[in-house]
Amino acid sequence: MNEHQQTLFEFMGQQADKLAVQTLQHIGLTFISLFIAVLIGLPLGIFITRKVKLSGPVLGIAGILQTIPSIALLGFMIPVLGIGAKPAIVALLLYALLPIIRNTYTGITGVDASVKEAAVAMGMNKWQVLFKVELPLAMPVILAGIRTATVINVGVATLASYIAAGGLGEFIFGGISLNNTNMILAGAIPAALLAIIFDFLLSRLQKLNFKKISKGTYAMPVLLMLLSSFYFIPSAYGGKLTAGFTPEFMGRQDGNLGLESKYGLKIHTIVISDAVMYKAAFEKQLDVISGYSTDGRLKAYDLVVLDDDKGIFPPYYAAPIVREESLKKFPDLEKALNLLSGKINDSVMTELNYRTDYLHQSPERVAKDFLEAHKLYKPSREGSAGIIRIGSKIFGEQYILANMYSMLIKGYTNYDVATKTGLGGTKICFDALTNDQIDFYPEYTGTGLLAILQASPKTVTEVTKSKDSTYNYVQREFEKRYQVKWLKPIGFNNAYALMMRRQQAKSFNIKTISNLKRYLNSK
Amino acid sequence: MIKVDGISKQFGKVKAVDAISFEVQEQENLILLGTSGCGKTTTLKMINRLIEPTAGNIYINNKNIFEQQPEVLRRSIGYVLQNNGLFPHYTVAENIAIVPQLLKWDKKKTESRTAELMEKLHLDKSYLHVYTGELSGGQQQRIGLARALISDPPVLLMDEPFGSLDNVTRSNIHKEFKALDELKRKTIIMVTHDVQEAFELGDRICLMDKGKIVQSGTPAELLFNPVNEFVKGFLKDQRLQLEFKAVKLHDLWELLPQLLKKTEGRSLSSVIDIWTALESFKFSGEESISIINHEGDQKQVSFEQLMAAFYQYKNKQGHE
Ligand SMILES: Nc1ncnc2c1ncn2[C@@H]1O[C@H](COP(=O)(O)OP(=O)(O)OP(=O)(O)O)[C@@H](O)[C@H]1O
Ligand SMILES: [Mg+2]
Repeated sequence: MNEHQQTLFEFMGQQADKLAVQTLQHIGLTFISLFIAVLIGLPLGIFITRKVKLSGPVLGIAGILQTIPSIALLGFMIPVLGIGAKPAIVALLLYALLPIIRNTYTGITGVDASVKEAAVAMGMNKWQVLFKVELPLAMPVILAGIRTATVINVGVATLASYIAAGGLGEFIFGGISLNNTNMILAGAIPAALLAIIFDFLLSRLQKLNFKKISKGTYAMPVLLMLLSSFYFIPSAYGGKLTAGFTPEFMGRQDGNLGLESKYGLKIHTIVISDAVMYKAAFEKQLDVISGYSTDGRLKAYDLVVLDDDKGIFPPYYAAPIVREESLKKFPDLEKALNLLSGKINDSVMTELNYRTDYLHQSPERVAKDFLEAHKLYKPSREGSAGIIRIGSKIFGEQYILANMYSMLIKGYTNYDVATKTGLGGTKICFDALTNDQIDFYPEYTGTGLLAILQASPKTVTEVTKSKDSTYNYVQREFEKRYQVKWLKPIGFNNAYALMMRRQQAKSFNIKTISNLKRYLNSK
Repeated sequence: MIKVDGISKQFGKVKAVDAISFEVQEQENLILLGTSGCGKTTTLKMINRLIEPTAGNIYINNKNIFEQQPEVLRRSIGYVLQNNGLFPHYTVAENIAIVPQLLKWDKKKTESRTAELMEKLHLDKSYLHVYTGELSGGQQQRIGLARALISDPPVLLMDEPFGSLDNVTRSNIHKEFKALDELKRKTIIMVTHDVQEAFELGDRICLMDKGKIVQSGTPAELLFNPVNEFVKGFLKDQRLQLEFKAVKLHDLWELLPQLLKKTEGRSLSSVIDIWTALESFKFSGEESISIINHEGDQKQVSFEQLMAAFYQYKNKQGHE
């Protein structure tokens, strides 16, 4: 325990710069959006107390906005607003609107009617009634709404890292991808603390007496502006080309760290989610991205893979990894899973991914078409000799594989299948496996070596020389450490790759990563 | 001073006020009396344009109020709400100073006027910086009154100002109310559903029912010449007491026996009502009381003589 804490603090110490930047970005994002949400929500809330007929629709729309899943909302924003701060702020502001509008409305309509009437009877005009009576009396309720919005925003702002807007999400999601608990905590703890601190401060503000509140109200915008400005402090660098890397790629030896150390590549980098990266590259928001070599969007967006001429990306051959206990419990399982081995090469996988990611065909259909084309498909036997739990990470290729395995198990064995797809990143999936939540999922040799086994740099250089030595090493180590078995590889190699738009790569004459470095260094 | 001319108010299908007309003279105290829901509050609120009428006109000092800017009009009319409507986020002093603030008085003037009113209304200065939620119902009503009186408006509208008080407190406040010089100079329209209160405080009474005025007149006129059964029924419960309150000693002057000899000591003024005279028998314990009229004539009457004169008077009224 002690040792563990030590390392968390060590990690935070090491990454203090990044942590500070991310925290400031986080606070900035939270408060810029909150500030704008107050600017919009407060007048709108007041407006619907005057036009009560509109209150239903306005509150309804704000309520619907709130129910849109955050990632989906961020996704919608990209075509319109691109990536980075703008869409993140807009998304956050949309989430913050409901509590602010709703509380302004309830606060003002809740003011004692006879007090309002007295104000009118004494000769106040409607603005005087609003500012001297309604707003001060509604203020505790309005502040409660702002408080709720703040806490929501601190939470949702972690997702901003998906679209390259920074914030503590970079650590959290990077940590999840990298199976690095310290990294997760280094992001999650400050985020939680921010939520608690802001909640506490606002609760104090709420409890101040009426008079002080009205003075406090003037201080609020100033404070909000100040906190908002944090966001703009760190972003004072630029460059020729912009790279968008996933949080996972950022922290990996076989990712950005390797690019820096082996190639000496220095490029202006922003952190972005895999889900929006390809599109952002296509729309010229980004020039270089860290994709996967079999990704369907490679084809869809006309991107080219840069040759890894120094060999920093280790092989990522896919194979199902299974709990040994499950293999014993379900003796027919291994044979069924191995039906797929050697059947899918890189270009086939890219094609399959293209069909799901770009043509939006369902993974189920793509899987079935493939199995039928290769004469592997058999209708389900409707077996009930046991239930096999299949896991998959949260991207298309894994969904396709999970569907294929599901069909194969149902067609070739007497087992039934339960799928737990969309288990986030490597850490979540692998934890589910070792904790007996799933029986198997498709994993990649490189991920096993680096993210799960966390092999030393020396071992990595040694083992990654060939695809077989990597496979043999992870197979041996997984068996020893986790009692998890690597079955036969499926065939394709979904390795990391740097990619660019075909057009741009051609015009700058960039074919390899070394070419890219040369281009960046040339003035 | 105030002329209400055929005023009506319709809420959807409900005719809350139905073509009402009345006039109030300067410095008169008119009472709008009636059961709950008969349209008293609605009538009152139309006079300071809190409610816009569906028909009719209202003139204050011969000026049509609908041709004035409502905010300006309201600042010249004191208004005491049915349930006081004090600002909970303001202290007592700030509550009282609302209208002066709107009228942009300087601070000194507001403060001295506040102090003056606080004293007249028997409110301790120590309450000035207290929030109104901490005060008793009676104190709150006095502050509501102070707030309405601060700018010394010529017209005062009061909607059941003593509604939420117990009987003892209420009759004390009634006494203070009658004694308050501030109010003697004002034209007052006051709403109440309490018959006693109406008789005690009103110069004239408009008895309302279902949005209409059934009868208007002095308390004595209503008592002794009711226009219909409704009026009679309305006053029935406390009839005797009301009669004692409605009749003043000088009304009976002719019927009281001549004074034989002048007496020393205090005499009661003939403007007081019989109820008060009867009370003074109780408190003084004397056999007889002495009364003096505005011409300086004095009379000495016993309890029996007073009652006899009262019944003669009543008989005469009934037959007129
Ligand atoms: N804003 C309104 N909308 C609809 N109806 C109303 C409104 N205000 C009053 N009314 C109706 O008008 C009628 C008269 O109401 P008003 O408040 O004038 O009565 P009131 O004589 O003051 O009664 P109370 O002694 O209970 O205060 C009632 O029937 C009431 O329901
Ligand atoms: Mg009323």
